[in-house]
Amino acid sequence: MEHRACYVPGMTKAGTSVAADPSPPAVRSPGRRGVEFSLLTVAVLLPVYGYCAVGLARHGTVPPGAAGYGAGLAVLALLAHLAVRLRAPYADPLLLPIAVLLNGLGLVLIYRLDLETPHDRAAPAQLVWSALGVALFITVVLVLRDHRMLQRCTYVSMAAALVLLALPILFPAVNGARIWIRVAGFSIQPGEFAKVLLALFFAGYLAGNRHALTYTGRRLWGLKRFELPTGRVLGPIVAIWVLSVGVLVLERDLGTSLLFFGLFVVLLYVATGRTGWIAVGLLLAVAGAVAVGRLEPHVHSRVEDWLHPFASVEAGRGPGQLAQSLFAFAAGGALGTGLGLGHSVLIGFAVKSDFILATVGEELGLAGLTALFLLYGLLVERGYRTGLALRDPFGRLLATGLASIVALQVFVIAGGVTGLIPLTGMAMPFLAQGGSSVITNWVIVALLIRMSDSARGQDIRGRAAVRRARAGTAGRASEAGKAGRASKAGKAGRPYGVGS
Amino acid sequence: MTTYIRRAAALCALLFVALLVNAARVQIYQAPAHDANPANRRPTIARWAQPRGDILVAGRPVTGSRDTGEQLRYERTYRNGPLYAPVTGFASQMYGSTLLEDAEDRVLAGTEPALSLMPVWNDMARSRTPGGRVVTTVDPAAQLAAYTGLGSRRGAVAALDPATGRVLALVSTPSYDPGELSGNDRSATAAWKRLSGAASRPMLNRAIRRTYPPGSTFKVVTAAAALDAGVVRNVDAPTRSPDPYTLPGTSTALANEVEGCADASLRYAFEWSCNTVFAKLGVDVGAGRMRETARGLGFNDAGLRIPFPVAPSGFGAADAPMDRAQLALSSIGQFDTRATPLQMAMVTAAVANGGSVRAPYLVERTTSASGATVSVTVPRAPHPAMNPATAARLRELMTGVVEHGTGAKAAVKGATVGGKTGTAQHGVGNSGTPYAWFISWARAEGAPAPAVAVAVVVEDADADRGDISGGGDAAPIARAVMEAVLRG
Repeated sequence: MEHRACYVPGMTKAGTSVAADPSPPAVRSPGRRGVEFSLLTVAVLLPVYGYCAVGLARHGTVPPGAAGYGAGLAVLALLAHLAVRLRAPYADPLLLPIAVLLNGLGLVLIYRLDLETPHDRAAPAQLVWSALGVALFITVVLVLRDHRMLQRCTYVSMAAALVLLALPILFPAVNGARIWIRVAGFSIQPGEFAKVLLALFFAGYLAGNRHALTYTGRRLWGLKRFELPTGRVLGPIVAIWVLSVGVLVLERDLGTSLLFFGLFVVLLYVATGRTGWIAVGLLLAVAGAVAVGRLEPHVHSRVEDWLHPFASVEAGRGPGQLAQSLFAFAAGGALGTGLGLGHSVLIGFAVKSDFILATVGEELGLAGLTALFLLYGLLVERGYRTGLALRDPFGRLLATGLASIVALQVFVIAGGVTGLIPLTGMAMPFLAQGGSSVITNWVIVALLIRMSDSARGQDIRGRAAVRRARAGTAGRASEAGKAGRASKAGKAGRPYGVGS
Repeated sequence: MTTYIRRAAALCALLFVALLVNAARVQIYQAPAHDANPANRRPTIARWAQPRGDILVAGRPVTGSRDTGEQLRYERTYRNGPLYAPVTGFASQMYGSTLLEDAEDRVLAGTEPALSLMPVWNDMARSRTPGGRVVTTVDPAAQLAAYTGLGSRRGAVAALDPATGRVLALVSTPSYDPGELSGNDRSATAAWKRLSGAASRPMLNRAIRRTYPPGSTFKVVTAAAALDAGVVRNVDAPTRSPDPYTLPGTSTALANEVEGCADASLRYAFEWSCNTVFAKLGVDVGAGRMRETARGLGFNDAGLRIPFPVAPSGFGAADAPMDRAQLALSSIGQFDTRATPLQMAMVTAAVANGGSVRAPYLVERTTSASGATVSVTVPRAPHPAMNPATAARLRELMTGVVEHGTGAKAAVKGATVGGKTGTAQHGVGNSGTPYAWFISWARAEGAPAPAVAVAVVVEDADADRGDISGGGDAAPIARAVMEAVLRG
């Protein structure tokens, strides 16, 4: 049984309600949309409160835009909620509120940092990007009727991802990294979109080939657990390794390459259960990282910074970014200085993007930071739970992959700015300034919502069908008819290739 | 596959736990070290995040704060900066702080725990106490009189209330505007370079931080020692001193600038400043008693604070024995004898106060921003430095100096004034331009005790050597200060 105890109350309710009211498949109580709505209210009110707190701390008054800001966020949340209510009625009720809350908090933090840089405001643009992200979320939820359609574009996704990854090489480097392309004044990070596409490709490829990967291999030292894959199936993993190292060297983007590689290793393990793959993966990753860390000056300096964050202070050149970031976290202590009262802006460049977590640490303290990490943890957990609840291998791998993207991204950047691992440029999901990242994360949440709807819907519909069959109603026929229409619509060439 | 997804989820959970543990490490365990790192700018930002408390002279603030809107938000401003610079010092965002700004920094910056009613609560709520106020003892009229009196000349004035030790005026010229150093922009850097590099050393507080040879003004100390020791019993009796006086153990002859010093009485010698008489008196009193009297008046005290530290004045090296020739020269304020203007004001204040020294102090009290008293300076118990009879004798002698001696220019209408002039040689072979000294006290007619004691020194590098004298250059400044105090 893969359907967890957690869903049982909902299912019981669904069962009773459907049994009591046999007309259309009931959508209200089984989907827990009411819970989602209540949580969304909290998720909108919390950022509005934060927005007011910043204004009160800085100027002693509630900022004049508070009502408009709250209304804007509420409208976005409401539209997303309606889309979910309409097309994904059984979806997990936690996913959307967490996304709205994180995005709202991100806007508050960026607005707060804008006060320190009046000539360089980022919050309005971020609000526009967030609106675009929510629009894309709604589109995905409305248009994509079944996530299994995406399995058909496995190789299209790969090609698109490669193109997106290669694009920035043609553009000039910005701050030492070639990860941006500039079009008409907008900076876009194609690598962000490539994350989702690669997750799609990995999930599709592994779902198709996992048996071949699982049941071929050579034993290492005669141990059953450490079977090495044969050369024929080793091809893709080597290709991906080359790709991530290529990204690292050509674009100097350590974070993204780490993310790709971590994602692939996790999905490979989940698909095959072969620890041998993990061993090979880790070996290759370590070899690649050490080689690049030694040879590539940009990456090398990051490692040196991580080992000795205060070297520049001792050399009399003043604190570097990482040192300033650590100062900010330390200044926050347990409870923080309060929103608007910290000095994380001392970090300077990238304080609104890569280092946004330092503002959380300083102004909300360890308490706020812990709450934030738990929010991310909850988001990831809901993703994994969706993966567990699904029955098709592609869906399970995709949900696991998307959840892992969020988890790895949080770990890489949060660990970087707190000095746990070498710092690599990466956006804190939903929180950091950066349009591409926000849009990508909304797409991730949209896909998770779609899949969790299938996962929970399949159960509820199944149970309902069984009950109806037992009760001798005609429910089964109507259910079957609906499914048939849906699959036909999919075959008719609906544009389900999201983002490609 | 389920098991593997669970394991992957467990790995992610592990990553989140690592993040949380590391965050706690940075924010709790390492936080004190990071907060104390000198490269961390937060303490500086917090220091200038609110207006600094004000320094008050006669109830009116002589300082202020300006909101710059920059990262270091409030900048110090000064009203009459050059006039009060020897009192306030500066509070710079780049170059630290000096004098009262430094000594009372905790009150002015609001970090003094006594400023707040609930320090523990404020600590928890991270709220800041507004900067408190420092109420000084300075008399603005006396300060202004001294400052305008010195004018463009180099010099210093210190004025005290003899009965309490309150500092009434503390002036040093050339002065500077401390407001120029407040900010952290290029103009502050330029001002710092200009002021710290100037040959006239405008940032040196000559009234307390520079020691001069006191010259003939030190004869007050020698006379006090001689009277206390009984070397001289009658100020009108001849002192059996030769003119010129050969320094004991040498063949060097000490001469006078004036006539009639041979066997002169103490009164004559004091009024006309006979070097020979006082050199011999010092030798007759002996090094031990001379040192004792000088120490009683405040010499050789490295611990004097008003509340900022005052450079120690010296009579003879602290432990090295003096030979008699050195003692003779030291007794007329030459050789190794050094005194700050404040020290000489203390000497004359002791004479005016019946022989007792009152420790000088510049801060009347400190208050919170709302005016609640935080601390009050309680005058320390008077410290007897000479017999009251000796002090009375000296007052008589000093009055004579002003009435018909070298200090006639210090006379104030409607008041009894006592003074002593001094012209101090210095430099290698006494080649430097002499310093003109004048120390005095004044008692308004009908008042029971003198209300002011002043010491004035004029370095006066530009005047002709022959014209420089305590009576000519310094006495009019002292008179202006005394008039200002008596009038107020």
